[in-house]
Amino acid sequence: MLGFILIRLARMPLIAFGVVTIVFFIFKAVPGDEAQMMAGATASQVDIELLRTRLGLDRPILTQYATRMLGLVTGDLGYSSTFRGNPLPHILTRVPATLALTVAAILVTILIGIPAGVLAAVRQGSWVDYTLSFLVVGLLAIPNFWLGLVLIIFLSVEWRLLPSFGFTGWASLVMPTAALAARLLALVARMTRGVVIDELGKDYVRTARAKGVAGAAIVRHHVLRNAMIPTVTVIGLETGYLLGGSVVVERLFAWPGIGDLMINAIGARDFTLVQAITVIFVIGFLIINLIVELLYLAINPRLRHG
Amino acid sequence: MAEARFPRPDRRRNWPLWIGTSLLVVYVAIACFGPLVAPHDPNAQDLLGVLEAPSPAHLLGTDQIGRDLLARLIVGARFTLSAALLAVAIAAAIGVTLGLVAGYSGGRVDAIITGLVDLLLTIPSLILAIAIASVIGAGMTGLVVATTASFVPRLARLIRGRVLEIREEDYIQAAITAGTRRAKILRRHILPNAMTIVIIETSLLAGQAVLVGAALGFLGLGVQPPAPEWGTMLGAGREFIEVAPHLVLAPGLAISLLVFAFNLFGDGLRDRLDPRQNL
Repeated sequence: MLGFILIRLARMPLIAFGVVTIVFFIFKAVPGDEAQMMAGATASQVDIELLRTRLGLDRPILTQYATRMLGLVTGDLGYSSTFRGNPLPHILTRVPATLALTVAAILVTILIGIPAGVLAAVRQGSWVDYTLSFLVVGLLAIPNFWLGLVLIIFLSVEWRLLPSFGFTGWASLVMPTAALAARLLALVARMTRGVVIDELGKDYVRTARAKGVAGAAIVRHHVLRNAMIPTVTVIGLETGYLLGGSVVVERLFAWPGIGDLMINAIGARDFTLVQAITVIFVIGFLIINLIVELLYLAINPRLRHG
Repeated sequence: MAEARFPRPDRRRNWPLWIGTSLLVVYVAIACFGPLVAPHDPNAQDLLGVLEAPSPAHLLGTDQIGRDLLARLIVGARFTLSAALLAVAIAAAIGVTLGLVAGYSGGRVDAIITGLVDLLLTIPSLILAIAIASVIGAGMTGLVVATTASFVPRLARLIRGRVLEIREEDYIQAAITAGTRRAKILRRHILPNAMTIVIIETSLLAGQAVLVGAALGFLGLGVQPPAPEWGTMLGAGREFIEVAPHLVLAPGLAISLLVFAFNLFGDGLRDRLDPRQNL
């Protein structure tokens, strides 16, 4: 168990280096003069040359690459024109907001998705089941930012219940969370339904029933534990969605996280910052996946000796 | 037989496939003939009638510079649809090639391709798309390349896995023993057998491509105004949400219904072609 965690942790820097390499060369593919593009159309030649020196673009590309790689170790992610220096501290101050949003989305997914799936399974074929199936198909087709916009129209504009942007207290978290969680919620509810129906048909459930255990107790004690596995699977598979979706949702609600910062950086043509945030997202992706794998081991002891 | 091409076609009960197909036919027809059936010129401004609510003259109302929303939606179908289909087609071509080469060659080639794909898979696909779109610049090219790039790693890994399965089949071993050339084995035996999973996966990805395209458009990285692309329209309509909610409701519904159609089509196709994978 400890060995598994250590191997995973040791691989993380390697993957991070690989991803930084890929991202570095993607951004080297910017058409035209990089410094000129980042300085903007109105910049003077002096400004462009100044920025070129600051960014180190006047040096050979391999030197630039080596500097970037070394910076990854020392925590220097390059010269960001937005912050006039290393963007890392500024990015880190925005991480908690993104973290709060994604964690809230996962919690909502668990608290609503699993009960909804179980309910649909035990009432299989009823109107409850069909309504939930319909909702699942609908939620999977709706863009998360559009769901957010619809929520704004009703909850902020029409009924004036919730603030529509920024962070002004915990009520601000409600709509962004709902917009981000919708897809996960739908996937978890669908998978939970499938697994619970499967489990209810198994021998141990029949045995429990024959022993006179009440239906609700069977679901609570036996079935639910097995139903946790698909939830963890979905969250693991959809980590990419969760992080990518957070960018759009943060933008929509002006949520002060790193996704919103990324779009600001693109607007300001601050490619150093865009690259830095991409790397932070990848590290977040790796950490979430590690947690998911550990949860797998915790839920399913059979895997521990695999 | 590794995989029966048409296992028990039960057409009557596969309603997702039929609803999905019907909806897609409607969308494709609108994309093809949109400008002919649009009730107004999609770019004609009417500054005396801006942000109007839906009325008989303008069935879905007008936008911030008085353009007819229904006309813009109808004409815009071709942007959303062609961007999504083009991205998925290119991604499939590149992904299948990489997957075939990696899966069949093995050894060093496989290690390099798989390593690269695994690295790319750790970048959340929308983040990768946003980064690439920001490099190329806003517009149709950036939109298609970004969407394509975010799908290639997934497809390559999927195809590689399928090829590894197929390679172990007896008829492939027989072909190798018989001295068939490698290119011919790939083309004649492996590709056709891997095609089912490619078709299913790409039709499901088409819905995702619509969502990615809409998200990029919403973020201002997609097709630029005045082109009536739906995601871009949503982004522009966001400002007027308090006075003219129809500006975001209508394009959003058009996008959702299209994604819904692709999802049903993909699910139905999977049921039809690959009964083993039913969940």
